[in-house]
Amino acid sequence: MSLIRRKNVPESSEAEIVDAEDDKKSKVPERKNRQWSCLDTCCWMVGCICVVWWLLLFSYNAMPASFPQFVTEAITGPLPDPPGVKVLKEGLKVKHPVVFVPGIVTAGLELWEGKDCTDGLFRKRLWGGTFGEVYKRPLCWMEHMILDNETGLDPPGVRVRPVTGLVAADYFAPGYFVWAVLIGNLARLGYEEKNMYMASYDWRLSFQNTEVRDQTLSRIKSNIELMVATSGGKKAVIIPHSMGVLYFLHFMKWVEAPAPMGGGGGPNWCAKHLKAVMNIGGPFLGVPKSVPGLFSAEVRDIAIIRAVAPGILDKDLFRFHMMLQHVMKVTRTWDSTMSMIPKGGDTIWGGLDWSPEEGYSPGKRDQNNNGTETPDNSEDENLISDAKHAHYGRIISFGKEAAIAAAAELKRIDFRDAVKGRNVANSSCRDVWTEYHDMGFGGINAVAEYKVYTADEILELLQFVAPKMMARGSAHFSYGIAENLDDPKYDHYKYWSNPLETKLPNAPDMEIFTLYGVGIPTERAYVYGLTNSAECAIPFQIDTSAHCADSCLAGGVYTVDGDETVPTLSAGYMCAKGWRGKTRFNPSGIKTYVREYDHAPPATLLEGRGTQSGAHVDIMGNFALIEDVLRVAAGATGEELGGDQIYSDILKWADRIKLDL
Amino acid sequence: MNSSKLKGNLCIAMLSFASLLRFLRICIFEHLKCCSLLGCKSYGTPEKKQSPDEKVFQEIKKSRNKRQKPMGWKCVDNCCWIVGYLCTTSWLLLFLLYIVPVSLPGLKGPEIPGARLKREGLVANHPVVLVPGIITGGLELWEGKPCAEPLFRKRLWGGWGSGFTDIFRRPVCWMDHLSLHYETGLDPPGIRVRPAPGLVAADYFAPGYFVWAILIENLAQIGYEDRNMYMAAYDWRLSFQNTEVRDRSLSRLKGQIEIMYATNGDKKVVVFPHSMGAVYFLHFLKWVELPAPVGGGGGSGWCAKYIKAIVNIGPTFLGVPKAFATILSAEGKDISLIRAMAAGLLESEFLGLQTIEHVMRVSRTWDSIVSLLPKGGETVWGNLDWSPEEGYNCESEEKRQLQALSKENNTRSSTDKSLFQVKHHKKYGRIISFGKEASEVVSSQLPTFSKDFMHSSTSANSSTSRGEFWTEYDDMSRENFQKIAENKVYTTTDLLDLLRYVAPKMMQRAEAHYSHGIAENLEDPKYNHHKYWSNPLETMLPDAPDMETYCMYGVGIPTERSYVYKMSPSDRRKGIPFRIDNSADGSDSCLRGGVYFVDGDESVPVLSSGFMCAKGWRGKTRFNPSGSATYVREYRHKPPSSMLEGRGLESAGHVDIMGNVALIEDVLRIAAGATGSELGGDRIHSDLLKMCNRVNVPL
Repeated sequence: MSLIRRKNVPESSEAEIVDAEDDKKSKVPERKNRQWSCLDTCCWMVGCICVVWWLLLFSYNAMPASFPQFVTEAITGPLPDPPGVKVLKEGLKVKHPVVFVPGIVTAGLELWEGKDCTDGLFRKRLWGGTFGEVYKRPLCWMEHMILDNETGLDPPGVRVRPVTGLVAADYFAPGYFVWAVLIGNLARLGYEEKNMYMASYDWRLSFQNTEVRDQTLSRIKSNIELMVATSGGKKAVIIPHSMGVLYFLHFMKWVEAPAPMGGGGGPNWCAKHLKAVMNIGGPFLGVPKSVPGLFSAEVRDIAIIRAVAPGILDKDLFRFHMMLQHVMKVTRTWDSTMSMIPKGGDTIWGGLDWSPEEGYSPGKRDQNNNGTETPDNSEDENLISDAKHAHYGRIISFGKEAAIAAAAELKRIDFRDAVKGRNVANSSCRDVWTEYHDMGFGGINAVAEYKVYTADEILELLQFVAPKMMARGSAHFSYGIAENLDDPKYDHYKYWSNPLETKLPNAPDMEIFTLYGVGIPTERAYVYGLTNSAECAIPFQIDTSAHCADSCLAGGVYTVDGDETVPTLSAGYMCAKGWRGKTRFNPSGIKTYVREYDHAPPATLLEGRGTQSGAHVDIMGNFALIEDVLRVAAGATGEELGGDQIYSDILKWADRIKLDL
Repeated sequence: MNSSKLKGNLCIAMLSFASLLRFLRICIFEHLKCCSLLGCKSYGTPEKKQSPDEKVFQEIKKSRNKRQKPMGWKCVDNCCWIVGYLCTTSWLLLFLLYIVPVSLPGLKGPEIPGARLKREGLVANHPVVLVPGIITGGLELWEGKPCAEPLFRKRLWGGWGSGFTDIFRRPVCWMDHLSLHYETGLDPPGIRVRPAPGLVAADYFAPGYFVWAILIENLAQIGYEDRNMYMAAYDWRLSFQNTEVRDRSLSRLKGQIEIMYATNGDKKVVVFPHSMGAVYFLHFLKWVELPAPVGGGGGSGWCAKYIKAIVNIGPTFLGVPKAFATILSAEGKDISLIRAMAAGLLESEFLGLQTIEHVMRVSRTWDSIVSLLPKGGETVWGNLDWSPEEGYNCESEEKRQLQALSKENNTRSSTDKSLFQVKHHKKYGRIISFGKEASEVVSSQLPTFSKDFMHSSTSANSSTSRGEFWTEYDDMSRENFQKIAENKVYTTTDLLDLLRYVAPKMMQRAEAHYSHGIAENLEDPKYNHHKYWSNPLETMLPDAPDMETYCMYGVGIPTERSYVYKMSPSDRRKGIPFRIDNSADGSDSCLRGGVYFVDGDESVPVLSSGFMCAKGWRGKTRFNPSGSATYVREYRHKPPSSMLEGRGLESAGHVDIMGNVALIEDVLRIAAGATGSELGGDRIHSDLLKMCNRVNVPL
């Protein structure tokens, strides 16, 4: 019908025009001709696209909500029930109240008071959400995300505060879930706002400062008490993720410590209020990744960008060359990043010649490149030596040679007494202040000459290159191993988040789980190089050209087993050995369980981030993990879950660590 | 069943896809054809140059030759062109909007009061609790039927985000999820809708329509943030005690107040309830001090220890007459106005809409509406002949001038009647009258009908066809409605009886939670039952002599006080039998569209919001045995002077008052530690005191 009309209409109208407007004959075609100009064609195109787009959008909206699922099922066969439904069918339902403790970076921050440039952003998210402001006014944004360099608290006139409620960390960005899947599954068991609590805190601050500034620890304490009281005395199940694990470790010590420094909850608070702590991807012993983060504001991802497109990050274009410095300037004011510097020094992370993971062969676990590469003739010796000595203990080495050389061959010049030059203090660099400008060439070269740094030496290195930051940070965090835990000095809060310098609370009925993914190469040690010193640049960067034949060393980074962020050693050691049974770190013999989840990449694109992922954040959508969490929340004990579930070599590695227990 | 449904859905999707394909084909096909006529080599870009061959070809078609371009310039193309043009322009404008510096010097609005007070040296002192009212709090879905699957943890009600868009996409599904169980007043099976938590619960009701947002922003200016500001969100559909039974809302409010008290250096909290929140908090005050099984077990000193002041904003202490109209016929002034303008719209069975019936069915499951029914009976709200507001002059200053002319005309044409009317006071006590005459005549002329029929049973003909939108009206016969209408006038007490008659199940359910009387003897142990706690006339304020109670509300806006009703046209079997007679207009502005107005804030009459603070609790009375101080702060309404002001900086509307500069200033000063006398004590613009003196409640 419409087709016919369309055919007919133009002709008849043409005829009419011819008849009726004969006098305007000369004008009409001219006008039409002018209209079909380039601009009109553009408009026409845009119109077409818009209309089609709207139609698609409309049909998308009109499409029944179950349609994508229907398609998925048609392609891949019926999907497994989400764990919430599965567990519900077994008759489990809501029992213990649940507390989530989000990790670093994943929780939202919002603006409560800002400078003039933030008009209209009041109570809007600065972090998390769409990040629209980052692009619209990057400098302004940066100015508000930064903390005071001396105090580690708010800069004057700026108040950025954590978002509260479950929305704080359910999604990090639109469509990128963090806690949302877990929350959705808990809700199927009958959980709702009254028995779920997101213990959001400002993840930029040091742990004790969240209490000083926001009384966050007090509020977590009161909220747990409130939930336990309103759920009829059922103890809470705590689910910390990532850095939240350390935060909650700090909390458990804080809450029982007497009032001025602690929460004054008395020695039985944890025993009374906590059923289980289910640590997900916990960096108990720190993550090596935090070292390059502090040292040169880069991690593997950025290093890869640099390798792929060497020009971009260093180009003046878009002021990108300043970006890393800006990032470094901001992140160095965040005390919390220092909570994840590797703890336990050489005892845990290995010395020049040994490391707990040595002999780890990535081919076994790394499904992607499992030994299909044929070794080049020229690199034969390299291959052999690499296989023998992957020196994971050398967390930073300058140059690939230093990374693979035997300890005896290393020629190191001590950097500690080197004089820092004062000559480079260029005024143009002032606005991107990092402490590197105080170092001078002398200092930089001295650092490079020392060649190799182990976990202990990393601390000294950081103290050398960033003395102010480390002075601020060492007031809040400690990275050692306690000789004698009864020493009264360990009552200071700076030891509370280090599992090697603090005792677990006296709560024999409580259970501690560590749940983490394995099977993804995880950064463990780095090969560094010097940059060709541009005026304001960061003098060191990861040497992305450093490769070796097996995939252990790729792009200047040595990788081991882990969940992409936290090496297995850090996530698993405490529960597998440090706290297992009655040890000095666990005097009441709290039961611990290690639950590992082997990584399987998503089978199809439709699965999104996968239901069997073992990656640091994606694991929160892992069905097996969610099921475990649901069962514990509904009352199961670790034994009922099936005790330990271990795929990696964590037990072997843990045995290599010589630590008094 | 499910799979067949899926298949059906799939079919629809395929059909729409097919139509889309057809559209595309038309586009391309047509375009190709026009191209071939035009002789263009590539499609999409009609060319101006023509190669010689084609010129020859075209010369054959002489007559068409000159019109080639217009040939391509068809309706579809025109549309596309226009759409494209609009799109491009709007993108350009949007782009311009984004690159314009955020703070253009010229565009700065007036300074917000918080900034000014900050310069005066005010800083955050007492922690603040905000208690939202009815309707304004957000609700989100935690468990639902399959039709609501994608809405998990999304807003069903209120909020800046998606909020109400789903009303339009799946109205019936949405209604199903918002209604409660008719018998229990709790969740229907399989559905869990819960209040949204946090400050976002009620900062904006809809995009751009602020509720608490302005106040929060001003509080933030002087240093408030999440740790010392708490939004006591609760499910406003439930009866107050049920919020505790189901969600533990009262316990959590108690816990949060204690947390804030402890984490802010033992500073007492200031509570800001709005609208129904005021009654909710009254309930809380009683609940928190009573021992554990019924109450919160806080002990008798709890309020004295934790609460500095209760600043009620637009409180509905003695209820609102509007609630009667809502329950009886699901309409207020607004809806009857729509009906008057587009008579057919709401009734039309077209598309099976029957909006009003749906609204009534849903809202009658909400217990909380019953908490808003006028309390205190005829003693407070007046009887057939008498009302506390009598003699109120409806003409506000501006309107008096406007209506001067028409008034002259009136007096000339219909002389005696209007004179008669002017002499006699409006009978506000007759909250519902059937017909305009009944609302005006003196009581002796009213036909005397016994109201006994209301105590007889209603099971006249319980209709077998309880359709989808079942209201209890369907259980009643037409004769019963006739009887109700013949009875002509109803005062508050009568109306409660009427409601018990027309909606027995609802009232039975709700009256287990609310009471609307006046206590004879407050010491009577029966008043320990939770149903009395939210009625200020049947409960005592806690023993907290240092606590201050404020009543802050707007005045100067005509507010619904009583109604003229009529029977609905009887052609429809089902539906609501009564409606407001919007043709009933008085000679002055008191009666318009079937509604009598008095002074108030558009929703709550002055009497309801002011009486308790001005008289009921003033000094040591039996309702306020510890003699805690009360203050009345009224804000006179001024409509926004320009469009730029939005909803007005000096508005006194029930919700808009939360953006009133004077109120915000008072609120900030109280939060920063000022006492009522430092604010300047009472501030009264209306005739509140005169009205109060006419109300004879023993104190």
